[in-house]
Amino acid sequence: MTDLQSWMIWPDNTALSVLVLLLIAMIGLYAARTPMHGLIRATGHALGGPLRLGARWFFAAATELKERNKAVLLAQGRRETGQRIEREFERVGILVTRDLQGYPVLQRRLLEVITRIEEDYKKCGEVPPPPPDWVEAVAAVAQIKTGGGEVVQKILDEIRQSVERIHDKALGEYRRAFEERHDILEGSQPFWRSIDKILKQVDRKMTGLQESAATVDAQMEKYRQIAAKTDEAGTILSNSAFTQFNIAVIVLMVALGGAFVNFKLIALPMSEMVGAGDYITASLRASEVAALVIILVEASMGLFLMESLRITHLFPRIATLNERTRRRMIWISLVLLVTLAGIEAALALMRDMLIADKQALLQSLAATQHAASEGWIGRIPTAGQMVLGFILPFALAFVAVPLESFLHSARTVGGSLLVDLFRALGFVLRVLGNLARHMSRILLHLYDLLIVLPLLAEQLVRSLRSGEAPVKAHPVDASGEL
Amino acid sequence: MMKRAFLASLLIVGLTVAVAGCVDSRSQAHAVYMLVDTSGTYAREAGKARLIINYLLGTLQPGDSLAVARVQSRSFSEKDIIAKAMFDTRPSQANAQKRAFRDKMDAYLKTVSGSAYTDITGGLIQGAEFLNETGAGKKTILIFSDMQEELDKVTIRNFPISLKNIRVIAVNVTKLSTDNIDPRRYLGRLEDWQKRVEGAGASEWKVINDLERLDAIFAKS
Repeated sequence: MTDLQSWMIWPDNTALSVLVLLLIAMIGLYAARTPMHGLIRATGHALGGPLRLGARWFFAAATELKERNKAVLLAQGRRETGQRIEREFERVGILVTRDLQGYPVLQRRLLEVITRIEEDYKKCGEVPPPPPDWVEAVAAVAQIKTGGGEVVQKILDEIRQSVERIHDKALGEYRRAFEERHDILEGSQPFWRSIDKILKQVDRKMTGLQESAATVDAQMEKYRQIAAKTDEAGTILSNSAFTQFNIAVIVLMVALGGAFVNFKLIALPMSEMVGAGDYITASLRASEVAALVIILVEASMGLFLMESLRITHLFPRIATLNERTRRRMIWISLVLLVTLAGIEAALALMRDMLIADKQALLQSLAATQHAASEGWIGRIPTAGQMVLGFILPFALAFVAVPLESFLHSARTVGGSLLVDLFRALGFVLRVLGNLARHMSRILLHLYDLLIVLPLLAEQLVRSLRSGEAPVKAHPVDASGEL
Repeated sequence: MMKRAFLASLLIVGLTVAVAGCVDSRSQAHAVYMLVDTSGTYAREAGKARLIINYLLGTLQPGDSLAVARVQSRSFSEKDIIAKAMFDTRPSQANAQKRAFRDKMDAYLKTVSGSAYTDITGGLIQGAEFLNETGAGKKTILIFSDMQEELDKVTIRNFPISLKNIRVIAVNVTKLSTDNIDPRRYLGRLEDWQKRVEGAGASEWKVINDLERLDAIFAKS
């Protein structure tokens, strides 16, 4: 309050004092109008310029990063698709080699069967012997008029009987011939079935080939799109990378759970090997670190095994090894993995024994009754621990597969997130830059508002001097210029 | 080249394990020195002492140390240490040592006999000496006594002692018949010990009378 009083020109008349002070301030502000406007404008530019520059840089960096991401993604996709096409061709090659190897045999069998059927057909086509020539003679005889003569009648009867006999004989031969043809046709049935079977076999193989060809076509189309660097290919590959990333993360989490169980199994017995009283830090035992190292070594061996088997491709040097060295590496990794698995199983057994020993000690110290033996049921957890100890290293070996997916897809996912982050930062900086510019304009208007009376006076004076109607005060244009 | 890198990685892992085994372990170890008062009527409390020793045996880890000494007319002597052990870092060996320790203590507690005087200070000096020699990171002296010090005329204990960085815990501090008449004597006795122990540089002073709550021995205050 005293401070306020000291500012008063007339302490008894506060209103007048304030008014005079305001007038003085207004005149002072009016006098400093031009430099103050310059200062505010310069400050606005000084703040807004770098911010907008930063925003532009972020947007440009995001665009560049996006292009690089796309290039990397397409290169990765081209490599993967190329590998898939290669494998598909290998499959087709194997299929064709296998089936074409069998085709000469199949063809020979087919030809044999067809020849046999043709022969049978020909046999079936054999016409029975035509009726004897005397049939016409019989017809002529039949037209002879008996005239009621007994002799003629008798001759004719004998001729009829003779003809009937011959007819029966001819008919019998005809029937026998047809029976034979039926037998031949019946005999050719298995050959027809065989042809049907062979043709179905061929059809199946051809269908398989067609499917493989369709897969190759699809992959080739994808490859073509990737090679053409289309946006569609980029989007598909990006989505695929995100899916792979999520799946890999889930599988790695599961693997981490397995590794934790593994760690718990061997941490206690490792204290028998490296000592339980050794500490790396205040709370980290050397035995725990040793157990962790064992698990990591197992995972590394698994990684080397998967690399050597060419299931994963994390180390290009391993992929380019010659066949002999690669096989050696497979065996070394496998032997080490099996050895470590055996050690883990033994450690799991030791863990159980140590816990039992500790339990027995505590019971003896507590002077309580010993728990009754659980028999074979009590051995189930021991066996379970041993089996787990042996299996988990092999299960951990497969972590190389999701790890590879994770590493490959993390590049794309991380790149996309970085692009989004750059864009967000660019947006924020642009907003801040614009805000700074607009704030400087607002401040200019506000400044003029404070010195509105001197400005009006200035207008009046100018208009009087020029003898014209009062002109408007110098406005501040949209860009903040007077 | 790849094979060499492969073998090198194996070597590094092996070295890591070896180095891990070479880290100084004593700073994390716990050493406990327990004084068992066998003077006068307190000798009858020996059964409770067994309970505490068994608790310690069940709680201490491989690499820790434990010593149990009796408090007699003059206790500043190694001869008063009934049993001592620095437990092996291997759990199986440590368990075997604990069994042997328990057997030794059982044998002693069966034949415990009372002494005429109670030299707690001498026991504390001896205990501090033992604990400092172990080089353990955490050092604790347990005093199983009524904390009534009685010295003969010849024995001198009224000089400053050093219990630097040692926790001192009085266990089963029974009330004497005179304490029941005037509880201030009991409270004053404990207060005097607290002052003396803290004045000697002890990191902590604690009294545990409820033997159901022995876990407080290792709990940080």
